[in-house]
Amino acid sequence: MNILYFLIGCSVLVALIFLGAFFWALKNGQHDDVYTPSVRILFDDEVKTEKNDTNHISD
Amino acid sequence: MSSTTLTQKSSVCYHCGDKLPAVKLNYDEKDFCCVGCQSVYQILSENNMCNYYAYNSTPGQRVKETGHFEYLDEPSIITQLINYKDKENSIVTFYIPAIHCSSCIWLLEHLYKINPAIFSSRIDFLKKEVTISYKHEKVSLREVVEILNQTGYEPLISLQDVVKEKGNSVNKQLIWKIAIAGFCMGNVMLFSFPEYFGLSALEKEFQYLFAWLNLAFCIPVTFYCAKEYFTSAYASLKQKYINLDTPLALIIAVLFIRTAISTIFDTGPGFGDTLTGLVFLLLMGKWVKQRTYHHISFDRDYRSYFPIAITSIKDNREKPIAISEIAVGDRLLIRNGELVPADAILMKGDGWLDMSFVTGEAEPQQKVLGEIVYAGGRQIGEAIELEVIKPASQSYLTGLWNKEFYKTDFKKKNFNDSIAKYFSIGVFAVAIAATAYWLWQNDSVKAWSAFTAVIIVACPCVLALSTPFTLSAILSIFDKKGFYVKNTDALEQLADLDTIVFDKTGTLTTTHNSGIYFDGSLTDEEKLLVASLIYNSSHPLSRQVLKTINPSKVYTIEKYNEVPGKGIMGEVNGKMIYAGSKRALPFEVDTKEQSGVHIVIDEVYKGCFSVEQQWREGIKPLIHGLSKGYDLRVLSGDTNKDEQMLKAVFKPATPMFFNQSPHQKLEAITSLQAQNKKVMMLGDGLNDAGALKQANFGIAITDNINNFTPGCDAIMSGSSLNLLPNFIKQSKNGLQTIKISFAIATSYNLIGVYFAVQGTLYPLVAAILMPISTITIISFTSLATRYFAKKNGLK
Repeated sequence: MNILYFLIGCSVLVALIFLGAFFWALKNGQHDDVYTPSVRILFDDEVKTEKNDTNHISD
Repeated sequence: MSSTTLTQKSSVCYHCGDKLPAVKLNYDEKDFCCVGCQSVYQILSENNMCNYYAYNSTPGQRVKETGHFEYLDEPSIITQLINYKDKENSIVTFYIPAIHCSSCIWLLEHLYKINPAIFSSRIDFLKKEVTISYKHEKVSLREVVEILNQTGYEPLISLQDVVKEKGNSVNKQLIWKIAIAGFCMGNVMLFSFPEYFGLSALEKEFQYLFAWLNLAFCIPVTFYCAKEYFTSAYASLKQKYINLDTPLALIIAVLFIRTAISTIFDTGPGFGDTLTGLVFLLLMGKWVKQRTYHHISFDRDYRSYFPIAITSIKDNREKPIAISEIAVGDRLLIRNGELVPADAILMKGDGWLDMSFVTGEAEPQQKVLGEIVYAGGRQIGEAIELEVIKPASQSYLTGLWNKEFYKTDFKKKNFNDSIAKYFSIGVFAVAIAATAYWLWQNDSVKAWSAFTAVIIVACPCVLALSTPFTLSAILSIFDKKGFYVKNTDALEQLADLDTIVFDKTGTLTTTHNSGIYFDGSLTDEEKLLVASLIYNSSHPLSRQVLKTINPSKVYTIEKYNEVPGKGIMGEVNGKMIYAGSKRALPFEVDTKEQSGVHIVIDEVYKGCFSVEQQWREGIKPLIHGLSKGYDLRVLSGDTNKDEQMLKAVFKPATPMFFNQSPHQKLEAITSLQAQNKKVMMLGDGLNDAGALKQANFGIAITDNINNFTPGCDAIMSGSSLNLLPNFIKQSKNGLQTIKISFAIATSYNLIGVYFAVQGTLYPLVAAILMPISTITIISFTSLATRYFAKKNGLK
């Protein structure tokens, strides 16, 4: 059952890694603006370039 | 997309969505209401940016008249504005009030299509801020601002931008603490689980390890996360005053010491789970309380009303100068619509100053040469020259902020702190009684455990949680109804008021959405003549008049001449037409209307278009309802011309004061407070700023939440004014909710104390009792708040 000592150590370590990841994200400002990215992701760049191409052809 | 275009075509402007006038512009098979809207469309379509119109229909803003941005070429001003600069790139952040939809985000993030030198722009939608990175060798800051202005997104560049400090660093530290406390709590719970279910022989082996791990997790929670409870408790004890943090700090300390002792001496499980859970919940409560509105600023002062630069005249040359650099003796040039930034003497030109924001007076005042012009006035008419007699920071108006006459005698005491004292005394009494009993029984081990257990169990954690949760739930209910309260502390003040003071102009009355009426008579043909003239002007009043007349066609105009701030004239169908203010009329006319657009056709006075000053909707029932429970007063900076109308709304005995200067308003509030009255002030302009700040609860009324509002406790949109009694009622109900939840928590605590005084409190009981009481309280407060909101018609 001594393996449990090792596993407990692992679990704490993994949890610490996640805590570190959270702080990293916090420091990078990922939580500063939680609204705009949700809109930004919906903007469709592809459609627009196609439209430009057709314009060029018709020109 | 094409079908929506078709339907819009018939009724509204393709760009801004305003109703189309009968004479509309047509470009690219789209209809526009004005040249401004069309020019924005032209810019966007030239740059292949018509996607702007695809995401939302009619997302546009009406373009205001082009501003003067010469000052943005001044290196000293540029360095004040930009956040970062290196050899090639500059980064600048602007506040743009016009941001309101996803199209705005799209357009402003694709500015590089208009000018590739702007290589990146990022929007923070909720803060309405755009951060622009550009190559400053290829495009100047002024050009960047001009591009924004041309597309209808004029940034608001005020003096306060320059001195603004980043305020969210404190909040970030709190999130760090919450993360650590949450992390430790999760791990401690994991290691405490075997304890909860009873240990088998195998698990006993690990008990020692778990206890030490728990203690290890408690150390950062106690000494880092809960640090400010200790410092706050220490500070308040130093002042011989007990606040809510005092018992909390004591409990955290006791929990930690007991856990440490039981771990070191191996005398059973500690209270690590209770400790970490408690700190985590407390910090969550704090976070809920600190959450405020990013997009609204409650601490604005004169600086956000002032521009950051003004034109000065040195050696006969015009040169932009930063407001902070204005020195006594400088010559300033104030153009039409610009603001006088410092107290000064009029040296040249015809001074007509709109002081409405400073004094509340509706009519512009004429100033003669040599007269003093106070800061805050807005010049209407031709450009004037002034000589500064006082620096901007020491003017008559800014004195409202500098002076230290704000009394804070009335302590903004909240329910929590006032009850904390009695609570602490009660807990200590029980704890000491239990200890004394066990010592008398000669059982010192039980005495110690009873003492600590009572303190642990009687945790005022619920108090620290129910208040922020209840009040912030109320804040978000208010928020949806257009009433933005600064923070939860202010909300408690709202429930405890007995006097309400109203400002008149802009607070009880509004010019927003009001109609234009014509005093005089015009034939249909004459209306067309006037419309043809006014059609050429972009002045907001002209636009409104044009909208009212809504002509079917316009004639061509000759000899058109516009004198800024005065009026316009021109020849239509051989007739000379003048439209403008009264003081610029070529001859005296006998009319009581001062402001408004006066019309003269071929030297015959025809009448005047005036903006109707309307009472806000629902004022009468509002005043009637409030007069039952509150002492009402009116403080107006305007003349008493509307006294009769006010008397009809208010009870005849209501005290009303007119011609009040900003300082008099402030003094009036102070003297009311000296009579032990708790005063609410409702105002709108800078002239109310002192009174709003001094009042126990100051509400700034505005028709547009993004407009300037002076520093206050709450900002209310004008359309919600009639809900004021409901808001007050809701905040009172909120305090009731907190008190009831306190009673519920006390009953839980009594159960705990029953075990605690016997010295038999097992950590598991504490660990279960605390979350159960917390969950009960939080669900109770949110349900109760919702119930009351429904009852008060706020849902």
